Amino acid sequence: MSPLLQMRGVRLVYGRRRPTLAIERLDLEIEQGRFVAVVGPSGCGKSSLMKLVTGLRRPSAGSIEVAGKEVDGPLKIVGMAFQNPTLLPWRTTLSNIMLPLEIVEPHRHQFRRERARYRQQANALLSLVGLDNFGEKYPWQLSGGMQQRASLCRSLIHEPALLMLDEPFGALDAFTREELWDVLQDLWMRRRFTTILVTHDLREAVYLADTVHVMSSRPGRIIATHDVPLERPRRPRTAYEARFMDIVAGIREQIRGERDEQPPPTLQQDHA
Amino acid sequence: MMQSELVERAVPWAASLGLLLIWEIGCTLFNVPEFVLPKPTVVLAALVQWAGPIWFHASHTLITTVLGFALSVGAGVLIGIAVGSSRLAYRGFYPMLVGFNSIPKVAIVPVLVIWFGIGVVPAVLTAFLMSFFPIAVNVATGLATVEPEMEDVLRSLGAKPRDIIVKVGLPRALPYFFASLKVAITLAFVGSVISESIASNRGIGTMMVQAASDFRIALVFAGLLVTAVMGIAMYAGFAMLELRTTHWATRRMDFDADD
Repeated sequence: MSPLLQMRGVRLVYGRRRPTLAIERLDLEIEQGRFVAVVGPSGCGKSSLMKLVTGLRRPSAGSIEVAGKEVDGPLKIVGMAFQNPTLLPWRTTLSNIMLPLEIVEPHRHQFRRERARYRQQANALLSLVGLDNFGEKYPWQLSGGMQQRASLCRSLIHEPALLMLDEPFGALDAFTREELWDVLQDLWMRRRFTTILVTHDLREAVYLADTVHVMSSRPGRIIATHDVPLERPRRPRTAYEARFMDIVAGIREQIRGERDEQPPPTLQQDHA
Repeated sequence: MMQSELVERAVPWAASLGLLLIWEIGCTLFNVPEFVLPKPTVVLAALVQWAGPIWFHASHTLITTVLGFALSVGAGVLIGIAVGSSRLAYRGFYPMLVGFNSIPKVAIVPVLVIWFGIGVVPAVLTAFLMSFFPIAVNVATGLATVEPEMEDVLRSLGAKPRDIIVKVGLPRALPYFFASLKVAITLAFVGSVISESIASNRGIGTMMVQAASDFRIALVFAGLLVTAVMGIAMYAGFAMLELRTTHWATRRMDFDADD
């Protein structure tokens, strides 16, 4: 099977007056239906990676293919969620979740006609993430964790082939975060959308992903890839098993080793 | 609960009445001549005595102001959308807007009179020139502060810039817009009254200038009072409209979810 995402020798430079090399010689391949995490120190270009994959930014060099086609503009088969839930306060939760359907083709043109069906889909998603009966509430009436659940629903409503998550649980307290790991895992196991989770939380990456890619500090590139052979569903207890902790420790050591081997970039990073 | 609500409702009236009372007592106590500062009761008497002419002029001012204000809402929203949604328009127009807003509008009235003659047009235009700037700036601010993540979400779905303005930018700018309306309507009154007092034969500004030259100071104050009341009434109207349309921004917990 050909991979859903294939990046070869990608390089990204931005800023004209003082060019910054954000990403260099990045190779990444992700197969359909996989859950992949990308970890790395902050400022390593993880968010740039998101923009490249979704077509919001063009690479300065190299090639990016999604579903066998070169990415040359915003992709419509992706869903995105961020640390900030970015729900619109003047819309109810349900109406926020349906927003992508008002934008993306072909739903956009049949939105009025199919409204009832779309509402049903949105409500089904809401109940999957444990938010039954919250659809008519406004986002600011929900807690942070609930808002993030709703944000997940919004990123999935148009049934994207590729889900991009940029530290989606970064702003939540530890309990809520681990609760949402399970919510996300359950969603993924049900629907099997290809997922790229960008995070700096190694435990989160290992808990959720099939494969963890480690990115170097700027300029970012993939310096290691770890498979996570833990069976699913993984449950909170899994995170305290020796196997789990060994994998996390292994990745952490490797990141540290990588830093020691290349002190100059690390120093530059600190200055920036 | 009930009682504190009652107090809250009564406070604006009580404060205004208190000020009038101090004014009245002060004038009596220090024997202030009527042509310097007439007592509120005297102003009230003038208001009743000249009710006909005052209404004649005040209604004219009200119409002039509302016309100028309507123009500035239209122009302000358009300029705000242009400046707030396009970096290029922002860089191009913003310095001009700021510069223009710094010009004292009194200085423009004679020019407007040369162009359009004495009467309604200069007053409407002055009201417009005074009041479009806050509207434009506020709409632009609302549009320009759309979260980049939100923009990414929509752009990655294939949203055109217009979609982003309509779905996110404009609703987001609405509270800013209403806040600016409240400022703009009072400025529009300032504009039309300035223009009327310089070059017009009708309007509350004209009336006050004439009354002053006749030493009818009580009538001047009556005119000021009427202008203030009109300003407050319009302000209150927009404050109510604001509460109804942007409940999500004020976030009172007791509204009905109706959308």
